[in-house]
Parts: sequence; C-alpha cells; structure tokens
Amino acid sequence: MELTISIILGFMIIGAIYALHAKDLLSAVIAIGMVGYGLVICFLLLKAPDLAIVQIVVETITLVIMVAVVLDSTRSEIETIPDRRSIVQMILGFIIFAGLFYFFIQAIENLDPLGAHTLRMSEIYVNGAVEKTGSVNLVTGVLFDFRAYDTLGEAVILYTAALGALTLLRMKGKK
Amino acid sequence: MEGMSTIVKKITQLMAGLIFLYGIYIILHGHLTPGGGFAGGAIIAGAFILLILAFGNSALNLKKEVAGSSNIESVAILMVTILAMMALLFGIKVFFFNFLPKGTPGELLSAGAIPLYNIFIGIEVAGAILTIFLALVIFKEESSK
Repeated sequence: MELTISIILGFMIIGAIYALHAKDLLSAVIAIGMVGYGLVICFLLLKAPDLAIVQIVVETITLVIMVAVVLDSTRSEIETIPDRRSIVQMILGFIIFAGLFYFFIQAIENLDPLGAHTLRMSEIYVNGAVEKTGSVNLVTGVLFDFRAYDTLGEAVILYTAALGALTLLRMKGKK
Repeated sequence: MEGMSTIVKKITQLMAGLIFLYGIYIILHGHLTPGGGFAGGAIIAGAFILLILAFGNSALNLKKEVAGSSNIESVAILMVTILAMMALLFGIKVFFFNFLPKGTPGELLSAGAIPLYNIFIGIEVAGAILTIFLALVIFKEESSK
C-alpha cells in the first residue's frame, strides 16, 4: 500500500508542478484537479471514507467555479521578465527550502512507520465511544460529542465566509 | 448567464433529484455510515449548483433565492447553538451535552442528539456554499450589464 500511495503522491506532485508552469490557465486548473482527486484516492486507501466524500464533493464544486472564472476572464498567463529583485527572492526561497528540508529529515526519524499510530490520546476516544455517544460511526461521535466545539467553530467559519462574500459582492445591488 | 443545450437540461432534470436525495441520505445516516452533516450539505449544494449552471438564471429568480439561502443558513446555525445549550433546561450545566436518550446503537433513531446536530449542520453547509456561489453569479450578471 505504501508503494501505491507513493505513486499517487508522485502524480500529485507532477500535477502541482505542471499547474505552476502551464501557459494555458485552463489546463493549470485541470492539473490542480489532479492533485485533489489524487488526495481522494489516498484517503480511500488510508481507510478514511468520511474525508474522501467531503474532499471529492468540495473538489468538484471548486473545480466548476474555477473553470467558470477562467472561461470568463483571460486564459493566458501574464509574462514577467526576471529582474534583480526576483533573483534575490529565488535565492531566499532555496535557502528556506533547504533549511526546512533539513529539519524535515531530522523530524521524520522519530516518527512511527506509516499506519502504526501512537494512541496516547485517542485511546480514550476509541475505547467505549459507542457506549458513551451511542453513535456507531466513530467519526461522527467524535465530531458532535467529544469535539463539538471544533464543529461549531468550523460551521461559524463557513457562515462568516458566506456573509462576507454576500456583503462584498452585493454592494452594488443594494444601492 | 444563459442555459446549456437541451441534452444537458434533460439529464440535469433526471439527476438533480437523485443527487438531492443522496445528500439527505448521507445526512440522516451520518451516525451509522461514513458521511455526516458536512459531506451531505456539500452534496445538496452541488445539486442546486448543477441546476443553476444547466438552466441559467432565466428559470430561477436568483436574487430571491440568495435571500432565502442566507436566511436558512442563519436559522440553521442559530438552531445548532440552541441545541448545544438545550441541556441547561434539564439542569445540566454542560455545553454540547447529549441530552436525548441514546437508544440501541446501529438503529436509525439512536445516538441521542447527534442526528439533530447532523441535520442542522447539513442545512447550514448547504446554505453557505449555495450563498457564496449565488453571490458570485449575481455579481457577474450585474457587472456585465
């Protein structure tokens, strides 16, 4: 399974790099979709169907909206000529990447192999959650009982985003 | 935004109801099978977005609809907070207390208040995604005039 996930991750990285360098913005949007749907297959292989359903629906809706935006505005990318400032920024980026990669190598040595979790905290949730919450689906039991504050926060964030979009975009119509 | 061809309209008529029903199924069975309020709400919003994209704004009155969807999501998020504080009526001072009887695990009517939370979160998510989409569509219509 690790090999399959590695191959899918490789495809996702290729899609992300292609999206950066594509001349046509529509193909860049489709390449971003490759990243999202690769993530869906990864979630399914890692036995997380809850996340996979949400990811596939949200990815489809975002893709539709982004394709509509690209079709309405321009399809070609704006060309920029590299000057001295962008060279400095590129060098800084490489230095930060090298530093982060060093710490990533350091940190990954202490991790367990893929699939073997450390169950210090989640043991309390996993054992006897069905008796405590009455919900057979453990994820929903955690979302709406043990971690209900998180769910309320997420819902409030979505509500605020909708209100913000409505307020900013409908200013002309209310006049 | 005008509608699409007759084939797309006909297929959308057949599919949109099924997608809507599937979203309701995902929400109602959130405590039994994978899924829940967030996934089901997004699927329901997808059914509405499909209808709007296929038929254009000639068939639907978009401004009335955006007022309705923003009202519905406001009421849904209010209901979630009221449900969370409902345990105060029974004398238990705990936020998000599961105050209803648990029932037998595995049946449709079980898990206390969790199905109710699922339903209201689902309505809230569907309303929020639909409101954002409709705000974008109406903005484009008004700016192109």
